[in-house]
Amino acid sequence: MTPLRSSPPATHPPEASLPPETPADPRRRRLLQGGAAGLLLAAGGGVLAATGDREALTDSLETLLQKHYRRMTPDEVAAALARIERRARRDHDANIMCRNTPPLPEVAFGFALNLSRCKGTRRCVTACVHENNCGRAGTLQNIRVLEMEAGRVDLTAADPYYHPEQVPAPGKGYLPVQCQQCDDPPCVQACPVQATWKEPDGMVVIDYDWCIGCRYCAVACPYAARHFNWGEPWLPREAITPETHYLGNRPRSAGVMEKCTFCLQRTRQGLLPACQEACPTGARIFGNLLDPESEIRTVLKQQRVFRLKEDLQTSPRFWYVMDGP
Amino acid sequence: MNDHRLGTGLRFWLITLSLLIAWGGRGYGRQLRAGLAVTGLSDAILWGLYIGNFTFLVGLAASVVILLFLAHILRRPGMEGVLLLGEAVAVTAVTLSLLFVFVDLGQPLRFWHALPLLGSLNFPRSIMAWDLVVLVLYLLASVLFGLRLSKNDRRSSGQAIGLWIGLLLILGLSIHTVTAFLLAAQPARPLWHDAMLAPHFLVSAFASGAGFLLLLLALLERLRLFTRLDRVIDDLGGVLRASLLTDLFLLAVDCFVLFYRPTEATRAARWLYLMPDNFFTAWIGVAWGAIVTALLLLLLPGRRRPVLLLAAALCCVGVWMEKGLGLVVPGFVPTPLGEIAGYLPSSTEIQVATGIWAMGATLLTFLVRAITRTVHAGYTAGQNTTAINTEDR
Repeated sequence: MTPLRSSPPATHPPEASLPPETPADPRRRRLLQGGAAGLLLAAGGGVLAATGDREALTDSLETLLQKHYRRMTPDEVAAALARIERRARRDHDANIMCRNTPPLPEVAFGFALNLSRCKGTRRCVTACVHENNCGRAGTLQNIRVLEMEAGRVDLTAADPYYHPEQVPAPGKGYLPVQCQQCDDPPCVQACPVQATWKEPDGMVVIDYDWCIGCRYCAVACPYAARHFNWGEPWLPREAITPETHYLGNRPRSAGVMEKCTFCLQRTRQGLLPACQEACPTGARIFGNLLDPESEIRTVLKQQRVFRLKEDLQTSPRFWYVMDGP
Repeated sequence: MNDHRLGTGLRFWLITLSLLIAWGGRGYGRQLRAGLAVTGLSDAILWGLYIGNFTFLVGLAASVVILLFLAHILRRPGMEGVLLLGEAVAVTAVTLSLLFVFVDLGQPLRFWHALPLLGSLNFPRSIMAWDLVVLVLYLLASVLFGLRLSKNDRRSSGQAIGLWIGLLLILGLSIHTVTAFLLAAQPARPLWHDAMLAPHFLVSAFASGAGFLLLLLALLERLRLFTRLDRVIDDLGGVLRASLLTDLFLLAVDCFVLFYRPTEATRAARWLYLMPDNFFTAWIGVAWGAIVTALLLLLLPGRRRPVLLLAAALCCVGVWMEKGLGLVVPGFVPTPLGEIAGYLPSSTEIQVATGIWAMGATLLTFLVRAITRTVHAGYTAGQNTTAINTEDR
């Protein structure tokens, strides 16, 4: 199998991750960026009004002033979802559907990943970027596959930028890392404004419209699972996945954090996460930990499993599986 | 302000600062439009020049408790004017530290999410929420105490002043302790995850604070805005000497634990101290070099003023380098997944930081001007002020 190339090291010059200006309407794009619209109200509301872009202005202002997701009334949630859809139309020329499907009752999701089967194809990474509407110009990927010596799990000697002719490379093993959906998440504790929390079904989520972009959650994360939108994500229309969720894969803006949510826009509707669907070796096992008949429960009961950095007592809902000797 | 020479100088100084502020504003405008992508930061190195300046400035603000200590615990006489200057430094430093946090935000207009009632401050769980709370309280307390001092109110009872001093001492120590906790609270970052960080922070803060206050007082004496400062300058020299010695001792203790047996934190320490081709190894080398030189100068026999001032300046620069970029960046190396990444501040970051420092210099200039006038007025009115303004030549 031919491996997909990983993104270049993070040491690249910062300009490289800037999204290219959309030739169609760069001025409007810039106006909408981030929270700049609020400043522009004072500075140039009249200019905006003259260009007939009232909808963009009012939407930006209402988003800026909207409440925390968990404090919104159903009507306010509906209005916020409509704003997200309108914005996707303006910014990406795409028709998306944004929902707020609640957690399923009696469900606690967990993931098991069989390291003996993972061949390092990075198909999961590509599928994740596509499903979750991650910006395509930067290096933002919510799954990182580490290459290390076969049979060892040593993060200090791992290479995330491997690109051999073929995978698996001889003598190498692979360990994909994404958000571990900790039971005691340091990121949630760190956030100064409660913009991130753990849902009843176990997913740690972010209100992208409440995040202030201080990055303290990423400082606190022992798994480097949180990724920041340093610039406005560049997301061409044909790349967009239109079925989205408020807490999941809706398009993000610059200056906010994002992470893996176990594809809650899919999994809350009974589908598998995109990474598992894309995995060609069947290394990934996703399921409901509360269902004694589920495959993941069987795997956890019968096979050798471990979790990353157990010593930190974050209690991940993500297990790594090794086949017997 | 009847001295014409000073007037011209002051005008020139303020114009220069305004230009720097405008330049910084341009840089910030660029950052607002393009996002933090215009900084040198990345998912690996999450904080850099802005937060580095933040940690240093919180220390500077906290160090003003030295003056409170001298005036009210050691009961040094004639400290009223100097205390006022101290509060001016505290107010300026806290304001700047908050500004540095603000420009570090990816969504600055959402800052109101951290306000009580309106927002959803994650207090008391998040250490960053704690830090914001103590910083704002310290800012308010410093402003109020400064206003009270400036009234030259002789009716104010000793008891009330005592309460103020106690409050300011506790808040001053709190802001820097909590800022250390901000970093030390995270096991994900082994280099910072250390109880030593808070005491080390306070000690280096006292060193840089004593140094900065020394330079400021010497400058004001030179400008003849204040006199009879010999005693307090001597005291500050003593504080400087003691804190530098302690600072170096704590560094040695730190290095012993880091290097005797390798741990996870040792990787970061090796990257910081022992990598010949790493920019930060040179950076930290210069920083500690400046600090050691400052201490050696202070240990020289004879107490000559220029030597003291040189030591103070070296100490300020050294601590700024060590506790700024020299502490913040290595904490992110290696990443929790073992990757070694680099960081250099971008031109935009340098521009914005310069603008903020210029805002601080402007604010401090106006505060000092107001204070010298107050103190001068107090003198001519025959009240009990001892830091005497001698502009009335």
